Amino acid sequence: MKLGVVAFPGTCDDRDALDACARVGEAVPLWHADADLHGVDAVVVPGGFSYGDHLRVGAVARFSPVMAAVAAFARDGGPVLGICNGFQILCEAGLLPGALLPNVSLRFAMRQTTLEVLSQACDWTRPLTVGERLSIPAKHTSGRYFAPVETLRELDDGGQIVLRYVEDPLPNGSVADVAGVCNAAGNVLGLMPHPEHAVDELTGSADGLRLFAAVSAALA
Amino acid sequence: MRARVLIRPKAGILDPQGQTVERALPALGFHGVSDVHVGRLVELEVTDPSQLEAMCEQLLANPLIEDYDVEVPTQPRPPGAL
Repeated sequence: MKLGVVAFPGTCDDRDALDACARVGEAVPLWHADADLHGVDAVVVPGGFSYGDHLRVGAVARFSPVMAAVAAFARDGGPVLGICNGFQILCEAGLLPGALLPNVSLRFAMRQTTLEVLSQACDWTRPLTVGERLSIPAKHTSGRYFAPVETLRELDDGGQIVLRYVEDPLPNGSVADVAGVCNAAGNVLGLMPHPEHAVDELTGSADGLRLFAAVSAALA
Repeated sequence: MRARVLIRPKAGILDPQGQTVERALPALGFHGVSDVHVGRLVELEVTDPSQLEAMCEQLLANPLIEDYDVEVPTQPRPPGAL
């Protein structure tokens, strides 16, 4: 079971993502200029500031060679996890619905967040229980999830709102407290908080590892 | 030719940058200002302005969250041209 971790110029969370992947399988580094995914079974698009995030967060990364391969992989049902900047990139690439806007505070938000699992209709949360809570850190400046009302209704009906913040106030002002959404097929998940930073009790929580373990177990 | 693309947050989407400016102006003595929105301006030299719309849709704006206006200068016809 190989999990690939994409790095762009400006990515900074690939190291922890590789560590998280190595705990549940074989971790394979992928580079933005790679035109293929080196035979991995799942892909993680980690956080950071791809290409400096100039223009808009995630707007430029989606044109990289590796993202064409990731998009094809996702269309074929391959599991893809976008974390923070990775979530923003997947939205810009049209692999996930919605967009991420600057936090309402216009400030960098960094804290441990409590997330409620709302759906198992996703490869990354299938073994989890609806209603259970995960403790995962968030750190971002543009994490305000937005989707039009009619899209949100469709997402809700389809079990595509996978994680919501149980936080008051929210770190970012996301509509409907959304922390993570998946595509209609359930193989692509994006979330702003960082499960790869919560893989060992040493740092306060290992809840994040469960997302990686879910896909690893499904593909084993 | 020189073209300009004006990009602004879509109506109805919370614009904290605009709100911050709106709240700051009265502190400087400017009153009667409301509905402030902050967007961005892209100026570009293009040979084929008919591609600007596609550029906006694919890169310059995110149509889900932003509206855009393309401004292309109407050039005076050179004397003697048909």
